[in-house]
Amino acid sequence: MTSTPIKAPRPSELTRVTTSVPATAAVRRPPDLVYHGARSPWELVDWRELWRYREVLVALATRDLKVRYRQTLVGVAWVVLQPLATMFVFVTLFGLLGRQPAAAGHPYLLVVLAGLAPWQLFTNSLQQASVSLVNNPNLITKVYFPRIILPLAAMVPAMVDFAVSLVILSLATLCCGVWPAVTFCLAPLAILPTLGVTLGLGLWSAALHARYRDVGYALPFLMQITFYLSPVVYESAALIPSSWRWLHACHPLVGAIDLFRWTVLGHAAFPWQTVAVSSVSLLLVLVTGLAYFRQVERDVADRI
Amino acid sequence: MREPVAIAVERLGKRFRLGPRATTDRFTERLQTACLNTVRRPWQWLRGSSRPTAPTTAHRDEYWALDDISFEVRQGEALGIVGRNGAGKSTLLKILTRITEPTRGRFGIRGRVASLLEVGTGFHPDLTGRENIYLSGAFLGMSRQEIRRRFDEIVAFAEIDAFIDTSVKRYSSGMYTRLGFAVAAHLESEVLIVDEVLAVGDAAFQKKCLGKMQDTAQQGRTVLFVSHNMLAVQTLCSRAIWLDGGSLRADDTPAAIQQTYQRATDSAAPSSHLLSASADGLVRVRSASARPIPINAALTVQSPVEIVVDYDIIDQPRRLHVCLYVFDSTGACAFCTFSEPSTHPPGHVRATCTIPGNLLNAGTYAIDVQIVEQGTTVIVGIRHAIVFDVLDADRTTSWLGTWSGAVRPACVWQVSSLDKATRT
Ligand SMILES: Nc1ncnc2c1ncn2[C@@H]1O[C@H](COP(=O)(O)OP(=O)(O)OP(=O)(O)O)[C@@H](O)[C@H]1O
Ligand SMILES: [Mg+2]
Repeated sequence: MTSTPIKAPRPSELTRVTTSVPATAAVRRPPDLVYHGARSPWELVDWRELWRYREVLVALATRDLKVRYRQTLVGVAWVVLQPLATMFVFVTLFGLLGRQPAAAGHPYLLVVLAGLAPWQLFTNSLQQASVSLVNNPNLITKVYFPRIILPLAAMVPAMVDFAVSLVILSLATLCCGVWPAVTFCLAPLAILPTLGVTLGLGLWSAALHARYRDVGYALPFLMQITFYLSPVVYESAALIPSSWRWLHACHPLVGAIDLFRWTVLGHAAFPWQTVAVSSVSLLLVLVTGLAYFRQVERDVADRI
Repeated sequence: MREPVAIAVERLGKRFRLGPRATTDRFTERLQTACLNTVRRPWQWLRGSSRPTAPTTAHRDEYWALDDISFEVRQGEALGIVGRNGAGKSTLLKILTRITEPTRGRFGIRGRVASLLEVGTGFHPDLTGRENIYLSGAFLGMSRQEIRRRFDEIVAFAEIDAFIDTSVKRYSSGMYTRLGFAVAAHLESEVLIVDEVLAVGDAAFQKKCLGKMQDTAQQGRTVLFVSHNMLAVQTLCSRAIWLDGGSLRADDTPAAIQQTYQRATDSAAPSSHLLSASADGLVRVRSASARPIPINAALTVQSPVEIVVDYDIIDQPRRLHVCLYVFDSTGACAFCTFSEPSTHPPGHVRATCTIPGNLLNAGTYAIDVQIVEQGTTVIVGIRHAIVFDVLDADRTTSWLGTWSGAVRPACVWQVSSLDKATRT
């Protein structure tokens, strides 16, 4: 819905009241009559409104964080343990195989950890985002706020986890005998494309899930496939033939993870090709996600 | 000068889809039909069939829960919204609070809107009372600062100081309700929208809530208030609208609305014109109805009610009497009453019974009518033959909560101080 103040057409005193108030700071100006109707489908996000409702985002995110970490001190340990265990498995497996899908000169351990950090951010926040609408019917049907806040807030706990894994990563670079590269400072920025993909897909899955209840069953399977399609435990430059790399990069996570890994490894060549192709598909996912979410948002309160 | 318009509603309409497909859609089903259609369509086209693939049920499944509603509310006005169940009251409030979008029309609102469609909006059971105040406050549109400023007031209003750091899942439902309302009651918004949330909580708390809402209205804020409690609407609101089947039936003072609303509900539902006959078909009940005395007044607690049962005796005289069983809304029998047995020749017979004023309580009553022969044999029995509402119009006490009991007789009271009497 729009919240643009339009001049009210009929009651004549409306305009008089809103214009005749002296503009002194001491006098509180009565607010305008704000009209709401159907919002234009081309307006994907009402940024001004989102900003006005930022407190709701903060409240929801803190709620999720508090509830999660209230009883479970193990929660923090879990964040550390998960990537380490996964890394251990893959390092051992490829060690037994005798060949590691990493570019020459890149410590494989670091390659895997640098892939797992954005991957975990992606899967955990996507999982939470996809149920963010269906798990909060009491909010959706009883109070108004821009619905996009729900998937956004659902992504926050995973971001906190990501901050922890950044610490692990910096320790791991030390362990591998490399001082954290200068580019490591860019890591928090380089994660933005991953967040973009997550948001785009999160909006898609949250909206689909709210409309079709059986979508939830498909998600774990799709995530598993995506794990192998994404350069998490391998470097795309080391495994994918260069003539196919553009096709691989149509999967938006490819460029996103490559970019992040580049900041961790430091001395690698910048993955221009995948980043360029993935940026386009990232944009596509994000825009279509916003559009579809907007479409579902209109009547989600009636159908959830 | 008249106050400026605070809420302008212009030709609002809301359409819902009905039926099972309206809510539970399955993605796999969607895919299946899509695939089948892509196969079927060309096939049918090849065979030259012009038959539509799916029956056009779209229009039958649609339902206008609100249809062409327009009204204006001026600043500082308290508007009551009344109507039967399913009239569209909650739907209207949901549109005005922007929870759902209207299908047609638009509305304008001046200033911030606080809505109370549910007590304890956004509460999380695992969080403490303190944390939930901030959480719920944020959902209701308060900033952290604002909540911090009014925190003590909220806790005092809810009367839960001792439990403020306990998680709310350990609260009794009454405490939960009190805390929920307390947060909402301290919103500083220009417009307050309240759906039927006062039906919960004990009488004392209900009274407190109504008082708080009265204050709100008197502070010059605009209040929209949905309630089935006519008394509360009359006390609280300066104007009322009546929604019926999704359209606006009337817009008037609360007292006038109450009268028209009451008369319509009386004529619409009860006084059934069926009716029933005895097994041999020789005694037939034509009609049974209830009406207040005087006949055009609202049926209130104070007014006597006349019950009229019309029946026909066919062929031969019978010795009969009429029994009435009066049930309250909980289904309990409040009392029963019957006429003296009397013999009438064949023809039209009318039995009239007057229930005195100041006997029935406010609420819905249902009456079972029986016709009994020879003092013992029930030959006609009509369950809930008459259903009617009794209103609570002019209560003299300041208390507005539910008045308990199946009946509310006007008892004679005498309270005097004995000490004083003996001394003088
Ligand atoms: N999400 C929905 N999907 C389909 N129909 C709905 C939906 N919500 C409400 N309706 C229908 O719209 C009509 C109006 O409902 P609403 O809740 O506004 O009634 P109400 O006046 O608030 O009734 P009550 O007094 O019982 O609260 C009802 O017939 C209801 O079945
Ligand atoms: Mg309702």
